[in-house]
Amino acid sequence: MNVKSIPISAWIGIAGIALAILCAIFAPVLAPYGERDVVGEIWMPAGGDFLLGTDNLGRDLLSRLIYGARTTILVALAATVLSFALGMILSFAAAVMGGFVDQLFSRFNDLMMAIPTLIFALVVLAVLPQHLWILILVMAVLDSTRVFRIGRAVALDVAVMEFVEAARLRGEGSLWIIFREILPNTLSPLLAEFGLRFAFSILFLSTLSFLGLGIQPPAADWGGMVKDNKDGIIFGISAALVPGAAIATLAICVNLVVDWLMKRTSSLKGGRGDA
Amino acid sequence: MPELLSVKNLKIEATSYPPGEPPKVVTLVEGVSFDLQKGKVLGLIGESGAGKSTIGLSALAYGRGGCGITGGEVLLNGKDILKLDRSGINSVRGAHVCYVAQSAAAAFNPAHKLGEQVIEASLRHGIMNRAEAQKRALYLFRVLGLPNPETFGERYPHQVSGGQLQRAMTAMALCPNPELIVFDEPTTALDVTTQIDVLAAIKHAIEETHTAALYITHDLAVVAQISDDIMVLRHGKTVEYGTTKQVIEAPKEDYTRALVSVRQTKRDEATDQSGTLLKIENVHAAYGNGFKVLHDVSMHLPKGQTLAIVGESGSGKSTLARVITGLLPPTEGHITFEGKELPRTLKGRSREELRRIQMIYQMADTAMNPRQTVRDIIGRPLSFYFSMHGARKTERVKELLDQIEMGSRFLDRYPAELSGGQKQRVAIARALAAKPELILCDEPTSALDPLVAEGILNLLMKLQEETSVSYVFITHDIAIVRAIADSVAVMHRGRLVRFGPKSKVLSPPFDDYTDLLLKSVPEMEIGWLERVLKTRRMESAGN
Repeated sequence: MNVKSIPISAWIGIAGIALAILCAIFAPVLAPYGERDVVGEIWMPAGGDFLLGTDNLGRDLLSRLIYGARTTILVALAATVLSFALGMILSFAAAVMGGFVDQLFSRFNDLMMAIPTLIFALVVLAVLPQHLWILILVMAVLDSTRVFRIGRAVALDVAVMEFVEAARLRGEGSLWIIFREILPNTLSPLLAEFGLRFAFSILFLSTLSFLGLGIQPPAADWGGMVKDNKDGIIFGISAALVPGAAIATLAICVNLVVDWLMKRTSSLKGGRGDA
Repeated sequence: MPELLSVKNLKIEATSYPPGEPPKVVTLVEGVSFDLQKGKVLGLIGESGAGKSTIGLSALAYGRGGCGITGGEVLLNGKDILKLDRSGINSVRGAHVCYVAQSAAAAFNPAHKLGEQVIEASLRHGIMNRAEAQKRALYLFRVLGLPNPETFGERYPHQVSGGQLQRAMTAMALCPNPELIVFDEPTTALDVTTQIDVLAAIKHAIEETHTAALYITHDLAVVAQISDDIMVLRHGKTVEYGTTKQVIEAPKEDYTRALVSVRQTKRDEATDQSGTLLKIENVHAAYGNGFKVLHDVSMHLPKGQTLAIVGESGSGKSTLARVITGLLPPTEGHITFEGKELPRTLKGRSREELRRIQMIYQMADTAMNPRQTVRDIIGRPLSFYFSMHGARKTERVKELLDQIEMGSRFLDRYPAELSGGQKQRVAIARALAAKPELILCDEPTSALDPLVAEGILNLLMKLQEETSVSYVFITHDIAIVRAIADSVAVMHRGRLVRFGPKSKVLSPPFDDYTDLLLKSVPEMEIGWLERVLKTRRMESAGN
């Protein structure tokens, strides 16, 4: 792989993600005002002192957007990565070992999926103490049921290939078969799913915030900001669209990068795309 | 006599998109010209990538998957069909020119009855009304020798055998009374014993209906039975074009000569019966659902020799290999390896026991992890069995690459960057890396072109001389058995029919099945088909 072979669309995605991460890391430096400071009138239009206007309490929208990147990206990314780690390991183990293990994992997964996600999350989050890491963990576990389904399906497809049989005949252990034979050949569909799941995570987080169980005010997060400002839309005030656009842009950027990664790893027949 | 089909200076190009490079135009076929008269058959022959299917499809003015016909003329009854518009081409396809695909199983819609699909084209083109079409279908079923022709059309594709399906597809092509049929490897996917019946049926039907045909195949012996003229193709260019008699009996070009003589290597068998390496005694095996696949099979293999297991699909020959490897534990019987009984299951075997038996698969494509380089593929058994690492491992991998006649420049290639023959060679090197005493070869050459396959066989023989490894060689091809085996086991429907030294198994008196199997192997001789059909004692299983 070399830098030149990265297509322009992937560069756009990388730039977008880099910008969001920079905002998250250097929020106190970049933001013109404090996260929680009421600095102006309610719902002031964009321009002047406030580049993007103010929100429903008169806080600077740009500053909150920059601070919001922190929580939103941290929670969504951590939850997605965790759910993939969990879902993939369990699903691959189920596909490779088969038999009882497969049945146990799969039926438990079905059980989890049978309970509506949102209600499940509400109950669990209401009972457990309100910590950021508990929120991340709950989101990850709930998301991992979907990853398990896909992971098991693609792993089963690969597990019956002759090169896996050859590895078994050689006497390789399950770990080698999972990580060296199956995983590299299932990356494409899983990467595609990753892009999708990340976007869903942001949305799920904002849903939880909306219901009062996600990020707690006055801390900013993009989904919560949409909720805070949604009433303004009725009066023709576009403050809610700004964090909405941020969510959409980040989701698109992630998917642009994922698309490129997918092309690079796609197709069993063609081998590596850049080879 | 006017030409029915006249192809002049055909040029077919495709655009390929190598990643990271600008798209480039690849010429698939160049400067190919031929003529075909009414009622005649032209055989197009060549190895994969020779452009034979692409040329065949040009007779339907069709370019497959991104190919474009960029030059030349395809005259059908004097009219250039390449110049026709969409509706003009549609009126030619399926009415004047029909197509028979290699895999009939994939070409029929499984949700509709065969009869409906056979007459569909005739109805759509308004050539016949329903009653006429059904009458013609019935006639064709008879001509093609299908069982119960009256009710055959009522069946669904999954209810008939592969050989019958291929004949039904021929009926479908013949139904609208076309002037030309393009047969694209119609018998390649069939067993030899079924192939001979389908071949005879196709030949009979062509003669009966006076249809002209393009017959595409990679098997010169098959095309010799059916065609009037033969065109040998290589890399999209004509190598030789002449009458069947001339091409078979007096080929002009070196490449054609190689094709004609490809099946003629023979080896004398080893007679030393001491030092048994592998002994299979009264083995029975069944699938998980209780279906019995092996009945009381016994055979043995002396050290450093080759045992060929022959049979058609479903005979249990591959299952026997799985039993030997431990993937499918036998329900009864014993397998002894160098005097010691092998544990029945894979899990019960030690790493050392696994190392001593290696396997080579039919499809090298799927037998190698597409995400590993040649270095990783061959190197893994080295580090796994012998704990070799770093420079020592690389050195040994290079040695192995030299042994399989490929060389160290392939070290960092991925399987997708290798040709079919090279992939199979790497698979052999992987087996060899474990320093095994026995290699199970499951049809390692049947997916390869004849000349490439011969190279692989010669390599296997060379390796046997160098390392005195033993082979269990599973195949359906008698020619290969003649070429490499010391002893032979013939299997039929899960039972051992015949076992012994090659000279004994392959010489009369034969049992009926061995007789059928031996006679079904196409020979490079005109008139072989008729002679065999007259003299054989048993019908093939496909009927």
